[in-house]
Amino acid sequence: MTMLDETPLLSVAGLSRYYGERVGCRDVSFEVYPGEVLAIVGESGSGKTTLLNCISTRLEPSAGSVSYRMRDGESRDLYRMSEAERRLLMRTDWGFVHQNPADGLRMTVSAGANVGERLMAVGERHYGRIRDTATHWLSRVEIAADRIDDQPRAFSGGMRQRLQIARNLVTGPRLVFMDEPTGGLDVSVQARLLDLLRGLVNDLGLAAIVVTHDLAVARLLSHRMIVMKDGRVVEEGLTDRVLDDPQAPYTQLLVSSILQV
Amino acid sequence: MSDLVSREAGTVAVRASALSKSFRMHLQGGLELPVVEGASFEVHAGECVVLGGPSGAGKSSILKMLYGNYAATGGEILIRHGEAMVDLVAASPRLVLAIRRETLGYVSQFLRTVPRVAAIDVVAEPLVARGIDAATARERAARTLERLNLPQRLWQLPPATFSGGEQQRVNIARGFITDHPVLLLDEPTASLDAANRRVVIEMIAQKKAQGVAQIGIFHDEEVREAVADRIIDVRGFGPARAA
Amino acid sequence: MSAATALGEDLATYNFAYLDEQTKRMIRRAILKAIAIPGYQVPFASREMPMPYGWGTGGVQVTASILGPQDVLKVIDQGADDTTNAVSIRAFFQKVASVAVTTKTREATIIQTRHRIPEEKLQAGQVLVYQVPIPEPLRFLEPRETETRKMHALEEYGLMHVKLYEDIARHGHIATTYAYPVLVSGRYVMDPSPTPKFDNPKMDMSEALQLFGAGREKRIYAIPPHTRVVSLDFEDHPFEIQTFDEPCALCGAEGVYLDEVILDDRGGRMFVCSDTDHCEDRRAAGHRGSMSPDEAYAGHGKGEGEAAR
Repeated sequence: MTMLDETPLLSVAGLSRYYGERVGCRDVSFEVYPGEVLAIVGESGSGKTTLLNCISTRLEPSAGSVSYRMRDGESRDLYRMSEAERRLLMRTDWGFVHQNPADGLRMTVSAGANVGERLMAVGERHYGRIRDTATHWLSRVEIAADRIDDQPRAFSGGMRQRLQIARNLVTGPRLVFMDEPTGGLDVSVQARLLDLLRGLVNDLGLAAIVVTHDLAVARLLSHRMIVMKDGRVVEEGLTDRVLDDPQAPYTQLLVSSILQV
Repeated sequence: MSDLVSREAGTVAVRASALSKSFRMHLQGGLELPVVEGASFEVHAGECVVLGGPSGAGKSSILKMLYGNYAATGGEILIRHGEAMVDLVAASPRLVLAIRRETLGYVSQFLRTVPRVAAIDVVAEPLVARGIDAATARERAARTLERLNLPQRLWQLPPATFSGGEQQRVNIARGFITDHPVLLLDEPTASLDAANRRVVIEMIAQKKAQGVAQIGIFHDEEVREAVADRIIDVRGFGPARAA
Repeated sequence: MSAATALGEDLATYNFAYLDEQTKRMIRRAILKAIAIPGYQVPFASREMPMPYGWGTGGVQVTASILGPQDVLKVIDQGADDTTNAVSIRAFFQKVASVAVTTKTREATIIQTRHRIPEEKLQAGQVLVYQVPIPEPLRFLEPRETETRKMHALEEYGLMHVKLYEDIARHGHIATTYAYPVLVSGRYVMDPSPTPKFDNPKMDMSEALQLFGAGREKRIYAIPPHTRVVSLDFEDHPFEIQTFDEPCALCGAEGVYLDEVILDDRGGRMFVCSDTDHCEDRRAAGHRGSMSPDEAYAGHGKGEGEAAR
């Protein structure tokens, strides 16, 4: 039987972020457990990106705390860690998949170096091993091995996004943040990417926090979801429960607004 | 070990008490739509209980509440999860997920297809999720699909383009492949031909023999007659009566 | 080496060597800080100098700040004492400071250099001043100064190896041959200025003080004597210096850095020492190469040959 008393990987408590008078997000609390995929949905301006940035140490919150359970089992408040520790965390135990791959890749270095960078950053100094690992990860994200020395500038949008994912996963992170990972891609490319992400998350036991406005993405990828509006959480729960039996007025509106194909 | 406890014939596997469900339609000015009220019943290990009653009586809503897919408005649903009776209505989403992984299976009316995943992997997935290695899981998936007469040439294809009956069989295989002690069946035979209906009847009987508690909706009278130990008429839980 | 002693006592050394005393004090402070933190780039208020950027304004300011009346100055450009840049800077200091100048490495107390370290081993008490065009080794991969500073502060140097990785992926070996990045005293990654990587080992545990001045970029950095300087590499692609197939055509020296000199327009060429002083010393001691002229030889006319990169 599953142990449910394990401690969360990430806990967010009373998190708020203000931009002067305006509210980015207000009083948000939730937890993410190992191996769990959480979707944060809402329309643009609902505060989901502000929230994502606050919990991934990219934007300092105005109030509240975010704590993360380190590999040694100790939970640490992210904003009480030194910047060096936070940055080390970001490039080893975490991944961040940007909506626009150009924000997460080095466009002027080869695919192999993009994947290998994190390894070199943590001290790997053997070219042959770095290259082998890069080749392995390229194949996991369905990029042909003979593209290893090409720059991402020469890649299609879908390939760039897959390369960005490989670059993030190479150090075996336990938590991956994704900001609209399928945004801006053709539907057929989206389906392939979602399927790939789903497989990787399952195989690697990754925890992930996925920000999306696409409810189909949330249904396919996530176990649980949070619905945001005007900076607040209006509903949260099991993904299929929220989508099939929405309780909050806004969620009902959101679900009823999906175009049926 | 826990399986032995729950599968002793006669042990209560599911107990619903005073279960109710009403939808509040915020887009229609907060209209309240009651569908189930005061539903109370027990289902034992090794028993197949069929929810009966006309369309719209709330059978499907009850089944969805039993799976945690619909949020109950009131009452409780106790499920034997391992050694303990757990209230599904009050359970945290993570506990619901754990219950679904280990205790509660569901065969829905329609298959929600995932792009690009082969039929055989769709079927094997619940086993893999429970920690069974991929090769064994595929082997068992193949045997189940064979039993349901799904042509072997379809196994490696994603089921999105399959006919309704073929999709339904993939769906049934996926639902029956695990050894969940409680199984919810939402019209699993709706789009099947007579031969495959008989296979499903056999499979349900086999689950009963294994001590699985099954709760289902079957519109097909022949199937219902063949599998039901008991029929619970949900009209008794209709809001009209309670009102 | 020290400039004016007590103010007013000796007017000849007040505002000695072109720069005013305030400026020299500011630059000396930057130099002291740089020596205290080996490899760290110290910002300084670089002055306008009477020469264009790229002609060694950083090196000149460093030299002017440490130069004293007793110093003996040598200036080299690509290893040669007689190229335009070297001649101009030497003339500049003769004019503004009346210091003694030399072309002999061992006689100099201060050697200002562009793109080479002398072949002869430097001694304790000598100072080597490098002219630096771009001090930031991370610049080409990370253009944001705010970010590169943070990377230095947090010792995030993975990016340096990304550059070397790209070299190997593209050329089969580390093709960077000059401005080859080094790790100083186990802490800061540093650009050794565009010297050939051939000279990198000479920086390690040097007896002499090494100062680096970047005028346009307004940075000074230093390697104090006896400091570990390690060239970055991979375990399976270790750092190697260039080797030359032939010895110097004039003095027959091996294991020195050679320049290619084009002799005619029919493919004729020769390889000669880039360090002119070293070459002359050897010839004076009687060494000869395959293309040595006879006894009437009066110094090989160099100056056109940019170092092979």
